[in-house]
Amino acid sequence: MDLSFLVVQLISGLSLATLLFLVASGLTLIFGVGNVFNFAHGSFYMLGAYFAYQTIAAFSANFWLATLAAGIGAGIAGMIAESLFLRRIYGRTEEGGFQILLTYSFILVIDDLVKIIWGTEYKTILRPEGLRGSIELFGITLPSYNLAIIGIGFVLVVVAWFILGRTRPGRIARATALDREMMNAMGVNVPLTMTLVFGIATMLGGFAGALAAPLRSVTPGAGIEVIIDSLIVVVIGGMGNFWGAWFGALILGEVIAFAVVLVPEWASVVSYVVMVLTLIFKPEGLFAPRSVRKV
Amino acid sequence: MEPVLVLDKLDKSFGGLTVTYDVSFSVMPGEISAIIGPNGAGKTTLFNQITGNLLPDKGRILFKNEQITGLSPQEIVARGMGRSFQITSIFPEESVLENVRISCLSRRKEALNPFRNVARFKEATDQAYFVLESLGLAKHAERPAFELAHGDQKLLDIGIALGLEPQLLLLDEPTAGMSPDERQLTRDLIKRLWEEFNLTLIFIEHDMDIVFGIAQIVRVLQLGRLLAEGPPEEIRNNPEVITAYLGEEVR
Amino acid sequence: MEIRNNYKEIVFWAILFVIFGSLPIIGSSSYHLMLASHILLWGLFAVAFNMLWGVTGMLSFGQALYFGLGGYGVGLMVRHVGSDWFVPGIGLGLIAAAILSFAIGLLIIRVSGVFFTVLTLAFGQLVWQITFRWYEFTGGDDGIQGIIPPGILSNKLFYYYATLLIVIASIWLLRRISLSPLGVLLRCVRQNPNRVSFIGQSVRYSQLRIYIVSSVFSALAGGLMAGVDNSIHTDMLYWTTSGEVILMSVLGGIGQFFGPFIGTAVFIVIQEFVGAKTEYWPLIIGLIMMTMVLLLPRGLVGEFEALKTRLQSRMVADRG
Repeated sequence: MDLSFLVVQLISGLSLATLLFLVASGLTLIFGVGNVFNFAHGSFYMLGAYFAYQTIAAFSANFWLATLAAGIGAGIAGMIAESLFLRRIYGRTEEGGFQILLTYSFILVIDDLVKIIWGTEYKTILRPEGLRGSIELFGITLPSYNLAIIGIGFVLVVVAWFILGRTRPGRIARATALDREMMNAMGVNVPLTMTLVFGIATMLGGFAGALAAPLRSVTPGAGIEVIIDSLIVVVIGGMGNFWGAWFGALILGEVIAFAVVLVPEWASVVSYVVMVLTLIFKPEGLFAPRSVRKV
Repeated sequence: MEPVLVLDKLDKSFGGLTVTYDVSFSVMPGEISAIIGPNGAGKTTLFNQITGNLLPDKGRILFKNEQITGLSPQEIVARGMGRSFQITSIFPEESVLENVRISCLSRRKEALNPFRNVARFKEATDQAYFVLESLGLAKHAERPAFELAHGDQKLLDIGIALGLEPQLLLLDEPTAGMSPDERQLTRDLIKRLWEEFNLTLIFIEHDMDIVFGIAQIVRVLQLGRLLAEGPPEEIRNNPEVITAYLGEEVR
Repeated sequence: MEIRNNYKEIVFWAILFVIFGSLPIIGSSSYHLMLASHILLWGLFAVAFNMLWGVTGMLSFGQALYFGLGGYGVGLMVRHVGSDWFVPGIGLGLIAAAILSFAIGLLIIRVSGVFFTVLTLAFGQLVWQITFRWYEFTGGDDGIQGIIPPGILSNKLFYYYATLLIVIASIWLLRRISLSPLGVLLRCVRQNPNRVSFIGQSVRYSQLRIYIVSSVFSALAGGLMAGVDNSIHTDMLYWTTSGEVILMSVLGGIGQFFGPFIGTAVFIVIQEFVGAKTEYWPLIIGLIMMTMVLLLPRGLVGEFEALKTRLQSRMVADRG
């Protein structure tokens, strides 16, 4: 195993990890702040890809504009889904079960709507100009686009760190995790906060979908693949643990990158095994500070 | 006579906060006693350690002369200890009868039977009716438990514990949230239950009428320590106890 | 709260016996028999699933694992050993389901809520992935065709009645559990798990027991299904199958023992009339589920019961 192979895989894994983090962070944010498990999160990722495609196809927009539109579009879709539907089941007994069912039905509806609007053929989005080639770094050839994704990811992580750590809304979000009543008691506008958090989370997912689109085609099945991967990331990092999601994404991204090359037939099985092992030995996530096991 | 329950130098802290400190006492069979103390004294926490919800940091607990420190609530309950809860803990969708009957079935090791219709278990059903009658709840037997008034739900909570035919019964604030009239009735009820079911009974209470009305022994907790222990009259006149309660609302 | 509704119970068993029993006699086509078989087997699957969720409060998004296991027990036996081995194949599926659900149950029952659901999904997908990719052994995405039950079972009519009897017996057994002390205990586990410890019972042990029972009956449904469709496919193991059985249960009503069976019947009938005519069936399923969750959370049967109770008390109030 020579160095250049190692580095290429590492970079590949890192760019995959960035995309995974964008999606998974949204999932874990919604769970951590609002105690909602958004099963349909992958569908908003997929919507992002389609919005980006549509923006380019309809307006010949440049890639970055399309990505922006994708994120905003997915964010708005998320806010609509939350405020119109999800909100109605808050506070029900056995809410958890209904959440899963409702968000599961979102998957069915969104996936089919996408098929109706855009058809089932694969759509393609080209990489933005200037990033279609590769760069030589220390004698190793690396695809430019992947590096760009890593860069963007880094910027977003920094922005997220800033918002969560240094701004008031961010601190509230962290402090009032898992308890809407406490949020209420603190004078926080709960419905608005839930909708905004949902919107931000799905927006991140939409960005990821658009950014990932040049690497894989835009298809209706994308949502389901990504939700399982995000699930794995969130489980490894800990449900509700925002920074855990980053580590989880890193681990999974690298595991997949290497597995795809070393054991291509069984690469996806490897991801499941990782998740299952984590859930068995440390269900609260590898990076959780203390056990949060319920009864 | 061997004590039913022995607490030996129990200590418990959460983080930097000491909630139980060097608590030791023995409870004799047939005793009816109260644990009192200002809010935050650690009464419920003590109960939680006795019933196995919490593991004491130091010390032992002996029940019927056997070590139970570290056992799970389920194991401890199976040995003959029953408990009711400060925040009413019942099975709301089941009928009042069913709430107690499942307890009686468990006592007879029949709770896991997957074949016979539950109504055909005559002994458990009779026992459950007996408990309900003692509590005055028999007329509600077929109603779902969530329909009961608050006071009756608290009684049902006790009934579930009684279904186990426990030797030791722990009641955590059995009259919390009740009106003065209800509290009187409950006080008399508790005394009757104690006699009828041959129990050793420990209850946590804030209502001093009840405490001094029926308890043989009163134990006072303050800030996690056992401040005083003795018959009601002694405790009533104990200057330390009086000081501990100054400023506290005594109903 | 539906333990002692005797007339409802009699009506249900009557429907099962009489209607399903007489279908071949009144001259239904083999297509209708197949439809009826689907209702029976998915209905069993749904009732078994609901023992986990409606009764005990365990939302498993992975019961397709066992359903598929039942089907593949038959399929693999027939493919690799011989077509006479259909019935032992069902037995194999049941044993595999019992062992696997015991092992998986031990691991995952330690957690609850969303974590539990996610884990069931993960295990289900893990088995699906393995089956999907192990082409040489399982046939992968091609599935296994040509599964013909041997001997007298190859007669569609006979197989139908065998299926009917087995389903009736299975649902009857599950009904006995529901009405037994274990059934009460499981409902108590859902309503107040903390208190269950305080009556001297183990929450986890009860959960494990019903998980195994439910999974074995799911495998039975899957195994018999292989003989109805004469084929099996990896879709039986896919998570959307788990989703479908959940939807059927929700449609009927998870708070009623017979609700899921009725939900299944309604679902399959709608699927026949609507699903076959459109490619957007998932959209319709999704909308149905949204409607159920948002507007009719107690399911068709549950909401009907609630309506009845309201009308009855209104009549009493009017009279008084």
